Amino acid sequence: MPHTDIPTDLDFHRPDTAAAGHDRQPAVCESSQMLWALLRQYVRPYRRLLAIVATLQVISTLASLYLPTVNAAIIDDGVAKGNTRRIVELGGVMLGVTGLQVACAIGAVFFGSRAAMGFGRDLRSAIFHHVTTFSAEETGRFGAPSLLTRTTNDVGQIQQLLQMTATILITAPIMSIGGILMALHQDAGLSWLLLVSVPVLALANFWIIAHLMPIFRRMQRVIDGINRVMRDQLSGIRVIRAFAREPVERSRFADANQALSNTALEAGRWQALMLPATTLVINVSSVALIWFGGLRIDAGQMQVGSLIAFLAYFMQILMAVLMATVLAVMFPRASVCAERISGVLSTRPQITSPADPVRPVSVAGEIVFDDAAFSYPGADRPVLQRVSLRVERGTTTAVVGSTGSGKSTLLAMICRFYDVTSGAVRIDGVDVRELDLEQLWSSIGLVPQRGYLFSGTIAENLRYGAAPGQDLTDEQLWEALRIAAADDFVAAHPDGLNRLVAQGGINFSGGQRQRLAIARAVIRRPAIYLFDDALSALDVHTDARVRAALREVSADATVLIVSQRISTVVEADQVVVIEGGRIVGMGTHESLLTYCRTYSEFAASQAITAGDPR
Amino acid sequence: MTGHVLRRSGIPAPVERTRDFRGSALRLLKRLVPQRTLAISVVLLGMGGIAIGVIGPRILGHATDLLFNGVIGRELPAGLTKEQAVAAARARGDTAFADLLSGMNVVPGQGVDFAAVARTLALALGLYLLAAVLVWLQAQLLNITVQRTMVTLRAEVEDKLHRLPLSYFDSRQRGEVLSRVTNDIDNIQGSVSLTISQLLTSVLTVFAVLVMMLTISPLLALLTIVTVPLSLWVTRWITRRSQPLFVAQWRNTGRLAAHIEETYSGFTIVKTFGHREAAQRRFDELNDEVYRSSIGAQFFSGLVGPTTMFIGNLSYVAVAVVGGLQVASGQITLGSIQAFIQYVRQFNQPLSQVAGMYNTLQSGIASAERVFELLDADEQSPDPGPTLEISSGRVEFERVNFSYLPDTPVIDELSLVAEPGSTVAIVGPTGAGKTTCVNLLMRFYDVDSGRISIDGVDISTVSRQSVRASIGMVLQDTWLFGGTIYDNIAYGRPDASEPEVIAAAKAAHVDRFVHTLPDGYDTRVDDDGGAISAGEKQLITIARAVLARPKVLVLDEATSAVDTRTELLIQQAMAELRRDRTCFIIAHRLSTIRDADLILVMDAGRIIERGTHQELMSRHGRYWEMTQV
Repeated sequence: MPHTDIPTDLDFHRPDTAAAGHDRQPAVCESSQMLWALLRQYVRPYRRLLAIVATLQVISTLASLYLPTVNAAIIDDGVAKGNTRRIVELGGVMLGVTGLQVACAIGAVFFGSRAAMGFGRDLRSAIFHHVTTFSAEETGRFGAPSLLTRTTNDVGQIQQLLQMTATILITAPIMSIGGILMALHQDAGLSWLLLVSVPVLALANFWIIAHLMPIFRRMQRVIDGINRVMRDQLSGIRVIRAFAREPVERSRFADANQALSNTALEAGRWQALMLPATTLVINVSSVALIWFGGLRIDAGQMQVGSLIAFLAYFMQILMAVLMATVLAVMFPRASVCAERISGVLSTRPQITSPADPVRPVSVAGEIVFDDAAFSYPGADRPVLQRVSLRVERGTTTAVVGSTGSGKSTLLAMICRFYDVTSGAVRIDGVDVRELDLEQLWSSIGLVPQRGYLFSGTIAENLRYGAAPGQDLTDEQLWEALRIAAADDFVAAHPDGLNRLVAQGGINFSGGQRQRLAIARAVIRRPAIYLFDDALSALDVHTDARVRAALREVSADATVLIVSQRISTVVEADQVVVIEGGRIVGMGTHESLLTYCRTYSEFAASQAITAGDPR
Repeated sequence: MTGHVLRRSGIPAPVERTRDFRGSALRLLKRLVPQRTLAISVVLLGMGGIAIGVIGPRILGHATDLLFNGVIGRELPAGLTKEQAVAAARARGDTAFADLLSGMNVVPGQGVDFAAVARTLALALGLYLLAAVLVWLQAQLLNITVQRTMVTLRAEVEDKLHRLPLSYFDSRQRGEVLSRVTNDIDNIQGSVSLTISQLLTSVLTVFAVLVMMLTISPLLALLTIVTVPLSLWVTRWITRRSQPLFVAQWRNTGRLAAHIEETYSGFTIVKTFGHREAAQRRFDELNDEVYRSSIGAQFFSGLVGPTTMFIGNLSYVAVAVVGGLQVASGQITLGSIQAFIQYVRQFNQPLSQVAGMYNTLQSGIASAERVFELLDADEQSPDPGPTLEISSGRVEFERVNFSYLPDTPVIDELSLVAEPGSTVAIVGPTGAGKTTCVNLLMRFYDVDSGRISIDGVDISTVSRQSVRASIGMVLQDTWLFGGTIYDNIAYGRPDASEPEVIAAAKAAHVDRFVHTLPDGYDTRVDDDGGAISAGEKQLITIARAVLARPKVLVLDEATSAVDTRTELLIQQAMAELRRDRTCFIIAHRLSTIRDADLILVMDAGRIIERGTHQELMSRHGRYWEMTQV
């Protein structure tokens, strides 16, 4: 998956604990079991369809199998006896059988595709609905790109397997068994040849494929490697040129290129073997058939027509074996996909609404951190320790600290993106874990560090922020835009509110995106505003304007604002200084300047704030 | 930032479908030309292998004839000649039998001639073995040919990347370019190698089989050939019906994937704004649309198999009946019919394979088109030879004008002088042109008019490499490659000795945190994060620039991602380094700028104020405004 420029969620500084999507690799049988389990569960509603497909396939295959028998009859009853009328009669029968065969085959395709596509749709839906219940931890563990692949590509692979299975899995056994039966019916005496040829063919194919599979897996890794080099070069193109390192990069690439070529050649050597080996087995078997058949014909035990039919059946049986091997190749690939999908479906979200939630009538917005601590699961360094903090309702509190100090995590605790590992976070005296999640979120207006917009129009993006059941007029939208100091650029464009937003909002600058995100949060007039360094993309004047407008609107609301900018911090009712996950200072700007060293250093190193770093 | 400028101008995204199938296909084929000896051997071997393999059924047919002759012959009285037996049958009134006899090679009274059968079968066996070896060799050589071509193609593309101007990358989404150099090339390799080998085999087989069929019975061959246009017509009809359905399916799938990606990426917003249900509803809508368009597409494409099989069976029936009649009337032998039936199957199989290949081929050629587009893109202007020699490091901009797009000037009559060893701070709002100045100085882009000179030498007259070698750069975006910390620092100057690298690391305060890591300098820097924080990565890039010992240093907002404590340390180190160097700093932190020798306040591409911090503060102008909290 190519890297996109769209940022993902709140930016936490995550330690590398069992993350990066590297789940443990289960054994082969485990993944096939998962594949079967998935298939069984989601194919269930299509049982009837598949039964119809199976029936049609059976008829179609039997019809195909019947043709050589009729042909044998033509030869034995018609040609050998010089009975031309019989020949034509039997020709008519063959024609009829052919018509039946194609009708059934087309029917099987019709129903088969409905079943397979329906399966795909259901599985995709199940995965999507499940993933949307995930909390931040689960999403972070897999990563959005991986989840996307699992929902789309992996489902597609299994869908393809199902489609091929619906055709081959039914046809192949019938062909082989039916073929064997028909062949035996023609002449049982030659059947021992089948016992020799079929296993030889199956084993030869299996041996080749057994060698190919690990090579293919290796090739996939090498391809990933070469793609990584390419991605590196593209993202670092300025640095490469600045340091004039093109020759170094070229040779890095040449190495990866050569490695890929070597692996592909190795795979090709084995693949080249498949067709000649298969055709040789088939041809040698035909030769043997004619020899031994001839002996039996001479002894009067068999007719010539039968031999010809036997040859035809033989071909069909071997073809069926080949088809089955193709399926065997698809199976491991689909198993891997099944295992990835099962991994997602079996993950239970950590953070859910409690069974019996407390539902306060209204939220005042008093936030209390009571000796809260948080560490990522499996990490030894805690992100937050012994945080005790009280934010009175209707006040503005600024949080400052260096990168990785835990500021954003503080906000995440309030929203329940993560739950505290010890201590508690309370809103209006109620532990957030006891509140209904939806109600909790509807009382919070969150503006994360990087404004994330959805594709649609500006108006649609703003309406996104509406509280449940709130109906918004255009005036209200413009009002929100005015507060967020975004009305200037929205009005400047001819489309105004109906201006299109590209995916991820990339057709707007960072500052504009930020302002639209602020407008979105403002629209619902929440009880609690959370700004995660959200004003950093704005220059100082706009920042001040927005905050002034916000103050008017949010007189009763609690505002918690993470910031790096001293101008913001200075006006807050309370400033909290965080360092290494602990609170090292709390109070007003003036008092902190006096007694908190970290804070005074911070103030000293402050920005000339003319500008938009992005 | 520059990327935003170019992308927002609405440059259209490239089209997905093939625009010129034949042209691109031919161009792709032409790439095989350097491997022509191999390619020709492949074709010759293929022809040989298939020709031999195709004769096989004929020979087996001959063996069957021998058997049949034996069976019939044994019934006839011994001692007669064939003609006598025929005449006797005609006299009996058994004209059909007489006709049959006349077409056979019967010796009355004699059973099956097993010696002849054995010889025939041995010949067939030998030929089959030979054919298998030839086909195997051919497949091997084809694989080698394809691989060599792909290696060359990939190397060419990568090489091209280094010659493309930066504007190419800035005007496109990175994912799109990446897709071309990875996914598209992978697709070419997969689809083209598959289809070339199958196409080759199929075409050769069809011709060889056709020839054999004609030698047996022109009438029957005609009957079989008639089915070819029939299959082709049916396949085309199916493809034409399925094409719009496929387009719809692809479009709907794309929309679904986009919605899924949006929801997953912005999932915090989706949840906290209570939009989970709305997202789910929309998903269900889109999912259903995909379902509806895909059953149609799948059905039609799934029809190809059964219909070609049907047509194949039709010719099977025709051959069985007409052939049977012909044998009965003595025109051809029974064994020939058996061979013919096998040929019919061999004839129809390649046709259905080719039909199925069409979509794969389309997709492969589409990818090839995109790759060729990249290879055809305009390169940056060639680099004149002379190397830049810096003595003092005096940088001058003289009336420079520049714009990324024709009508939007970004730099407007900019003139400035940075004396050797001085520090120049550039401040200003977004879009003022600060990063652009760096782009021009590093010759990532070239000026439209005016000139930039270092030590009096116009930088456009010397090689880009030497300009860049003389300027050290630390960007806001930290880029480290997947190597060790040591390697990344040494990237600045590969021939640096270890003490020099360590010294650079110490100067940038990298040394301290390196010692807290278990592997020290050998810790691998994973591009996607890992053990090193963003601030620490920034320090490594600074160490890299320090090692390069440039005379001119450019810091583009480099310190904004580092926490204040570390930043103070860097500033101390930087002050050291700045002593003998001309330094351009684009930053926002008051402390950085306060110490500069010259501050330039930019807006809309022009310098509106210049002077030291004290001077500008006393002027109560724009700079003073910006510092007011």
